[in-house]
Amino acid sequence: MTTIDVILVTAFVLGAMTTVMTARVLRSAVALAATSAILAMLMFRLRSPIAGVFELSVCAGLIPVIFISTIGLTQRLGGEALAARRREKLRLYWALPLVVLLAGSVLLATKLPLDFIPPGPAGGQDVRQILWNLRHIDLIGQILVLGAGAFGVVILVKESKRG
Amino acid sequence: MGSQETQLFLLFALGAALVLIVGFYSLLTTRNLIRVVINMEILSKGVMLLLIAAGNAVDRSALAQAMAITMIIIEVAVVVVAVGVILCVYRHHRSLDTSLLREIKG
Repeated sequence: MTTIDVILVTAFVLGAMTTVMTARVLRSAVALAATSAILAMLMFRLRSPIAGVFELSVCAGLIPVIFISTIGLTQRLGGEALAARRREKLRLYWALPLVVLLAGSVLLATKLPLDFIPPGPAGGQDVRQILWNLRHIDLIGQILVLGAGAFGVVILVKESKRG
Repeated sequence: MGSQETQLFLLFALGAALVLIVGFYSLLTTRNLIRVVINMEILSKGVMLLLIAAGNAVDRSALAQAMAITMIIIEVAVVVVAVGVILCVYRHHRSLDTSLLREIKG
């Protein structure tokens, strides 16, 4: 465990809290993208670079674009509505930092047994071997799902042009 | 797992647990449909960190990465479908309040 790991995990939790606590949904979407970018850095630290690249390109790139398009199609808040929403957020979320601090303290104080080994046949193999040799049928399904997602984005962009 | 790996896994598990708490808290309090989907994203990020950290701890990073990639792809499809539903609800009600969904029949 190094200082950079502690900083990244703290930034990850703070990013998640910023995402849920900001009054504007647009800022929430941007904070979500930043949280995804921090998660991608954590994945690189945890020897998972390919998953990190996917996280960075899809979750920090594509998904915020989908959210921002949707926000552009639906929500237009004026000054009074925004002030009301800020008041409501403060009323609902004042306890969240306390809950997170309390839960963190309790989890740190509790000594959990961590000597488990999950079952799985693929120890020590390369991720490309697993994807192409062991899970190639799943991969076809994933490509189809990703295609459906891309098709949905195209429809959303068309809707936003029409709107 | 050695002592160093255990400490590292504990740190990442703690981070994942706190993010899950943030996601569940927000999911229970929010009434905006877009925020509900954003909270689901936050929850999935906590789970993904835990998955990758567990894979690293037991030296099965490749399997954990394959699972994480699958999870990311499913996440995209879920978000796109959810956004489509949100747009339909908005067109029908001119609002994104989840309380309006109580009127749905069926």
